[in-house]
Amino acid sequence: MTTEKKPKNVFKEGAISSEFIAKSIAKHQSKTAIGAHNIFLGQVRADKIDGKTVSGIEYTAYKEMANAKFHEIREATFSRFDLTCMHIYHSLGMVKTGEICLFVFVSSPRRKEVFKALEYVVEEIKAKVPVYGKEVFEDSTHQWKVNS
Amino acid sequence: MQLQIKYFGLLAEITNCDQETLEFSKSQVSDLLKELYIKYPLLKQKDFKVAQNHEIVSNNSNITNPEIALLPPFSGG
Repeated sequence: MTTEKKPKNVFKEGAISSEFIAKSIAKHQSKTAIGAHNIFLGQVRADKIDGKTVSGIEYTAYKEMANAKFHEIREATFSRFDLTCMHIYHSLGMVKTGEICLFVFVSSPRRKEVFKALEYVVEEIKAKVPVYGKEVFEDSTHQWKVNS
Repeated sequence: MQLQIKYFGLLAEITNCDQETLEFSKSQVSDLLKELYIKYPLLKQKDFKVAQNHEIVSNNSNITNPEIALLPPFSGG
């Protein structure tokens, strides 16, 4: 589980559907060493900026570097925490408000590990992965999102 | 050396392209930035980092890879 693996493609075109998330959970029913899952879902928020409302975020990325960084984050997370498995998916392209753009799923025999691991993974993604969100307003103007 | 320069986020709006090829005869990242600031004066006002071999590098690093990326602050998730 902690052996070296090649970087996977983390990106999915468009929003991450609830069906996809449900199937991911169901796939783990055969892994009976797992006692705890923890899931983070990033959802596009309808921010109001200068009287205009965000209608969606269009994501772009430096894909090769981003997948390499996701891979480094995976390896670091497995070395820090006692995890059975981990899955990360990030959207590219347009994701409308209310839809899911980031799905992080960690599993372990024990609950305490997944609480710590999930926060670590999400914060690392925000800090280290070259992904860009263009906030598109209802009148089709836009601004570039800045992570806070 | 022929460099492939990639621009992301709002930087691609300033340069009006996602990537371009430039002939580069000097050595350091800072030398490249000087040339880019002449071509795109607005870049100078923007916050960004330079990546080579998929890693952020400092301005005094030598350019050894033909692919260079200019990365504004990340906003994933």
